[in-house]
Amino acid sequence: MDLIRMKNVKKTYKNGTTALYDLTLNIQKGEFVFVIGRTGCGKSTLVKTLYREEKPDSGSINVGGIEVTKLRNGKIYKLRRKIGVVFQDFKLLPKLTVYENVAFALEIFGMPKEEIHEKVVKVLDLVGLKGKARNYPTELSGGEQQRVAIARAIVNGPKLLICDEPTGNLDEGMSMEIMKVLEEINKMGTTIIMVTHDVDIVDKLKKRVILLDTGRILKDYPEGTYTREVA
Amino acid sequence: MKSLRIIGRNIRDSFKGVFRNFSLSLASISCITITLIVVAIAMTLSYNVDNFAQNVEQDVTIVAFLNVDITKEQTDDVLEKIQNIDGIESYVYKSKMDVGKEWMESSEVFKNIMSGWNEETSPLQPTFQIKVKNIDDIGDIAKKIEKIDLVDSVKYGEGMVEQLVSVFDLVRKICIGIVIALIVVTAFLITNTIKITIFSRRKEIDIMRLVGASNINIKIPFVFEGLILGFLGSIIPIIITIFGYSSLYKNFDGKVFSSFIELIKPTPFIYITSLTLVLIGMVVGMFGSWAAVRKHLKI
Ligand SMILES: Nc1ncnc2c1ncn2[C@@H]1O[C@H](COP(=O)(O)OP(=O)(O)O)[C@@H](O)[C@H]1O
Ligand SMILES: [Mg+2]
Repeated sequence: MDLIRMKNVKKTYKNGTTALYDLTLNIQKGEFVFVIGRTGCGKSTLVKTLYREEKPDSGSINVGGIEVTKLRNGKIYKLRRKIGVVFQDFKLLPKLTVYENVAFALEIFGMPKEEIHEKVVKVLDLVGLKGKARNYPTELSGGEQQRVAIARAIVNGPKLLICDEPTGNLDEGMSMEIMKVLEEINKMGTTIIMVTHDVDIVDKLKKRVILLDTGRILKDYPEGTYTREVA
Repeated sequence: MKSLRIIGRNIRDSFKGVFRNFSLSLASISCITITLIVVAIAMTLSYNVDNFAQNVEQDVTIVAFLNVDITKEQTDDVLEKIQNIDGIESYVYKSKMDVGKEWMESSEVFKNIMSGWNEETSPLQPTFQIKVKNIDDIGDIAKKIEKIDLVDSVKYGEGMVEQLVSVFDLVRKICIGIVIALIVVTAFLITNTIKITIFSRRKEIDIMRLVGASNINIKIPFVFEGLILGFLGSIIPIIITIFGYSSLYKNFDGKVFSSFIELIKPTPFIYITSLTLVLIGMVVGMFGSWAAVRKHLKI
């Protein structure tokens, strides 16, 4: 079953830069996909069109049964509730504790406090931050902060987790911790798309690799490595 | 339950918002405060002028002087014609003797002169004293009455009345104009405050959107924040209205210019005004932030 179906997607920014040319791509439920390529080749734009941060000029995108390209602005939140997103810069709120940062994503649904508590505790356990619930983001290492961001992204049980260079700011040890968490989440059934520059990670995990080049898919291997695709 | 929890959370967020950006909030609150003080002054002025105008208008009477030797039947005839004119509120007939009695009561001299007069010999004219429903029609009605046979002449506060009415009208219009202008300026300032608040909370808003907050969900805390700003801004103006007007009233003993102008009684006026102020504050606050949210959240 395909979770994502992109067909002939084209995106040109207002300033005239075309970031995606006629891109067609299917991703199945439960897959773990790396998106790699040079800086500026359109990786971020690709994932942004999936959670409708950017709207393609033409083509169609279907994510988990939602026609993303036809979605009205007022309904985007329905798509976002099915997708978790993690960035290089974590995007945590510094004035909230770890617990509050994660609970934030559930409070907006009006979920009862007890239910929120149960879910947040569970997800913090999953990412290995059980003991840090009361800490503030600034008191954590980069790797720990990223794990908070992941916890927030998945606490609502999304079908798809998008990670745009999640290890870009982290050293090797921390990066591997993050990858362990992501593999764990993937094993539980969540589809993961991860944009990365990290050669070691891609080579080690041997997942599906999509290589982009100036807005086009250059290569797409089911068990690719960074070294081989780019070479 | 679910929506109640969401609303609860929104209200909490709004209060947080007001205090987190306190210096900005204070700017907005001060602005609302100043506006509402002016609104309160304008309201007080305009209500009092209105009240005064009404009092004057109620006192304005057309006096129709009838022929000296008019008979009883002819008087009834004139009365019927007066009754047929549209816009007449009430009338009082005063016979020669009634008029004479009034003169006699006003001074000893008249009393001595007039005491010998009777229905036949009195040179005074019998009168109809007529009140009109709408002061604006007084000129027209007076003209119509003057045309009736056996009505000798007609008097009312010509000129003076009309001038007074138009002056009141002008004062009222100026007050309304100032109030509207100030409200627009305040709404604009609140829009700007909320705009800055939105920018300072850009990150938070982006994250809310990212995790699937609906547009309403994002907007409501800001709109509610505007409402809170409006409410806080109305506190000082309300205090000034309640205590200020009461002491003003007491100080002047309810009258200005030797009982010519009567002030409106403080109750219920001050409470109505206070309620109006808080409502204006909250509506303007809400509207200002709504405009900012619409423009700067692009949602
Ligand atoms: N908001 C934007 N406005 C204009 N051009 C943009 C915008 N975002 C990205 N681009 C351009 O689109 C191209 C692809 O960008 P991006 O998808 O961010 O690449 P990557 O994530 O692979 O580095 C680049 O040339 C970039 O300069
Ligand atoms: Mg990028």
